[in-house]
Amino acid sequence: MDAYTIKKDFPIFNRSIKVNKPLVYLDSAATSQKPTAVINAMKAFYENSNANIHRGIHTLAEEATFHYEAARERIAHFIGAAEPAEVIYTRNATESINLVAATWGSKNLKSGDLVVLTEMEHHSNLVPWYIAAEKQGFLIEFIKVDDSGLLNMTSFEALLVKEPKLVAFTHMSNVLGTINPAKEMVEKAHQAGAVVLIDGAQAVPHFNVNVTEIDADFYAFSAHKMCGPTGIGVLHGKKEILQEIPPYMGGGEMIKKVTFAGFTANELPHKFEAGTPAIAEAIGFGTAVDYLGSIGMNDIETHEKKVTRYAMDLLSAFDDINLIGPRADKKGGVVSFVMDGVHPHDIAQILDSEGIAVRAGHHCAMPLHERLNIIATTRASFYLYNTKNDVDLLLKGLDKVREIFV
Amino acid sequence: MDDLYRELILDHYKNPRHKGRLTESQYEFEDENPLCGDHLEVFLKTDEKGKILDAKFDGHGCAISMASADLLMDSIIGKQIEEVKQLSKQVILDLLGFELSPIRLKCALLSLKVAKAAAYEMQEATDELIA
Repeated sequence: MDAYTIKKDFPIFNRSIKVNKPLVYLDSAATSQKPTAVINAMKAFYENSNANIHRGIHTLAEEATFHYEAARERIAHFIGAAEPAEVIYTRNATESINLVAATWGSKNLKSGDLVVLTEMEHHSNLVPWYIAAEKQGFLIEFIKVDDSGLLNMTSFEALLVKEPKLVAFTHMSNVLGTINPAKEMVEKAHQAGAVVLIDGAQAVPHFNVNVTEIDADFYAFSAHKMCGPTGIGVLHGKKEILQEIPPYMGGGEMIKKVTFAGFTANELPHKFEAGTPAIAEAIGFGTAVDYLGSIGMNDIETHEKKVTRYAMDLLSAFDDINLIGPRADKKGGVVSFVMDGVHPHDIAQILDSEGIAVRAGHHCAMPLHERLNIIATTRASFYLYNTKNDVDLLLKGLDKVREIFV
Repeated sequence: MDDLYRELILDHYKNPRHKGRLTESQYEFEDENPLCGDHLEVFLKTDEKGKILDAKFDGHGCAISMASADLLMDSIIGKQIEEVKQLSKQVILDLLGFELSPIRLKCALLSLKVAKAAAYEMQEATDELIA
């Protein structure tokens, strides 16, 4: 694949930033840009097929339902799900995790139980469990992060001895870039009798993820980080477990029958999809996985690794730059760093004046920054449309930072 | 951008005049900017009539937040503690001498928020202080 050609699929790269600076977008870990195909699919839906889904007995409702469900099938295929009914549409990975905490969690976690998380989690895989723990009184412990930025497997195994009810971890850290050995961890956690949830928000967009092979009980991700629209995400769950847990939100669509005495929940996946969902967004999501599939996830992964390694090689040559996270071969396309004497906000601001978009701060992982003993970092993250030239421009931008601050 | 990082800001960031701690301060407060983890403490030492004899700040943050804090401390020394309570965000904008985006405005206003919370002897600072 050629990133210079791929860039042309994304209309946003036609614009400039400030005074005629080309857009250098290095913030895809926050959200990716959208290809024309996805934008057009959503536009076409609104122009040609817009209607509410299910139950409608008219042409538009049938078309809308067809496209909405066809997108689910393509997403299910993309992640290797056993069947589309295991793919629950949510707003995003955050909502997917909250759904599990509020349904499976409320039913299964009690005072004295243990939930195991990791020190590298995004707030989205911490706070839902903190909220549940306040109500239900279970304990939370954390798998340690080594100084090299990898999960400490000895600490993981020591926690498994305590027989946790749940192990929840990120597939790929949004700060360190660390790719965790998901399959191996799931196997160990299952042997210890735990249910497993994986936050795959940074994984599914960047490399081939097969949820059936990984075998986690729950797997969460968002469309907007993988060329899709905002406002839609997925909770993948094993059918047996999804069937036995209570519904999340009540309303239309999630019921089979409602009387004055009560309700019967609908079948999967509709049981968890109360109210009119994000229909156009689901369709856009379906087109996004088609787009990524047409390029090939293995090629995307190889390309990102190449760009990441290039960036790390160049950045590590500077004495005033300290790279955070593991070596290039252990991580995805995320490069976080601190620069001597300059706050990340100032770095980001100066880079912005050069048309370069990076993220500065704690990246919604405050406990991880506490563990690493740093206040904030600057993060450059790469996707299929980033080129080595983008990295060169980042380096030039950092020269400008030095010029101003040193 | 050139405005943002002009000489005045960089000078106060690199060579702050009022950074440090006061052991005999009557008014103290500390707070954080949850957006970026910036941390700021303000110490105000007054005489018996409430006149500010010395003002210091301590903490860490970006150039905008640190320079704003230094400039603010400089401007309130000699003022009455009651005057600090009346300060609006305009005082910071005047000290800096340029407009800021809403996000960077938060960086610039942290010191004002903390100084006002100290003057009011509050337990918890609110954004109303810098509205």
